[in-house]
Amino acid sequence: MVESRTSPAVEASLTALAVSLRGVTKVYDNGVMALGPFDLAVRKGEFISLLGPSGCGKSTVLRLIAELSAPSSGTVRLARHEGEVLPGHGIGFVFQEPTLMPWTNVRENVRLPLKLAGVPKAEGRARADAALASVGLADFAGAFPRELSGGMKMRVSLARALVTDPDILLMDEPFAALDEITRFRLNNDLLALWRSLRKTVVFVTHSVFESVYLSQRVVVMTARPGRIQADIRIETVEPRGEEFRTSAAYSDYCRRVSAALAPSYSGQSTL
Amino acid sequence: MSAQAPVPPRSSALQSAMRFVLPVIVFAAGLLAWELVVRIKEIPPYVLPAPSIIVLTLIKDWAVLSQSLATTLLTTLEGFVAASIGGIALALVFNQSKWLEYSLFPYAVVLQVTPVIAIAPLLLIYLEQQTAVVVCAFIVAFFPVLSNTTLGLNSVDRNLAGLFQLYGASPQQALRYLKLPAALPYILGGLRIAGGLSLIGAVVAEIAAGTAGAGSGLAYRIAESGYRLNIPRMFAALLLLSLAGIVIYGVLALVSHLVLRRWHESALGKEN
Repeated sequence: MVESRTSPAVEASLTALAVSLRGVTKVYDNGVMALGPFDLAVRKGEFISLLGPSGCGKSTVLRLIAELSAPSSGTVRLARHEGEVLPGHGIGFVFQEPTLMPWTNVRENVRLPLKLAGVPKAEGRARADAALASVGLADFAGAFPRELSGGMKMRVSLARALVTDPDILLMDEPFAALDEITRFRLNNDLLALWRSLRKTVVFVTHSVFESVYLSQRVVVMTARPGRIQADIRIETVEPRGEEFRTSAAYSDYCRRVSAALAPSYSGQSTL
Repeated sequence: MSAQAPVPPRSSALQSAMRFVLPVIVFAAGLLAWELVVRIKEIPPYVLPAPSIIVLTLIKDWAVLSQSLATTLLTTLEGFVAASIGGIALALVFNQSKWLEYSLFPYAVVLQVTPVIAIAPLLLIYLEQQTAVVVCAFIVAFFPVLSNTTLGLNSVDRNLAGLFQLYGASPQQALRYLKLPAALPYILGGLRIAGGLSLIGAVVAEIAAGTAGAGSGLAYRIAESGYRLNIPRMFAALLLLSLAGIVIYGVLALVSHLVLRRWHESALGKEN
């Protein structure tokens, strides 16, 4: 099941790759080895999920890609479009919590990345409103975060990640704290957005079902230090919808992903 | 959310009314008992003046007392403004440089724990009197602003800080758009404490200065009236000081509420 497939044609040309991690390790200041060595290649426009037990370094991978943290060894490379000047604008990040500024309204929260980049106020507002409309929150631009439900806050967070029109969307267990019905709805909306915008998405999750439902590829990681346990391609009729969620193929994929995850929880416990 | 919020039960309306009514009743009962004891026991006003005499004195001496009140309030305001600006500025400096914080913070603590009544006479030797009084108010009031602002600046949500880093925010942008707004509730809390403390600092300094034979603030009036056994005026001045303290606190609490009401937990009703 372990895939060390290195298709040279893909690996060689960075033009087809959005993200490439090679031999990356991360050792924390306290000496704990969180990750690696870890290799990952994500094609442009691909939707992949990182799945693994708690503390396996899934979030660390995202932080490394976002350059919020530097690798202890190895290289992290991102494809950037030509002449990109605005810092951070190649990447949209959705955190586990909505991470909104409570002191200002939804529109200003979404406009933040543009404001920091010096985009004029009027243009920034227009783009923020457009991003809010794309996540179905056009009517809530003037609301304050505390006035929104958990699912709506997550949508605001998603709109903020999309407002810079990034190439890569990094999502760190964004829907983990939501109830299942809200999560299903957001899953469908995310897939619809992905289909229309064609972003590269790296999605971290704890949920086998969510990873299979959403992604083209599920990368299963081992317990700490995180390495790749399995790399499973999910192939089905697109666009996906409820019929996929209830299909035999879906259950089959879930079984395979669970099986790949099994060594992490059936072995001797480190807890 | 609010759509299905239950109709507030009658008892909660009653409760909030009682929060105002009960203290007033206690106050009125206290005054009445005081007035009765003084009248029945025929206690002379130079020992304990009745509330009615205090009010009469307040009206009779209003010219002198209002002048003193203005002086004390001006000192308090100057000390408060200096403490606010100084405390916030110093906290910002500390936030930018850990080394400066390590170097200077212990002295801020020393200044805070040394009783101002003991420092005031020294300040009066080295500084002009009006300056010394303002400096006293500043010393007493600035520490809560400093420590609260420092706490606030260090309480920024880690993920939000990461977000600002991701989008390449400059240190100035992070300060203006993230750290200061995040610290605002703490800063306002510090200012609320500082308001009352600057009044205390001003009073302490005035008393210290008053013993040196000059001054015209309310605290000086209290000291002076004490020497002259003009006890009703002493009480009248004390009453004005208390009222000034309450008004200062009320104004700062109101400002804090107005600034934070749309977003901060402290300013939101329990039902939200």
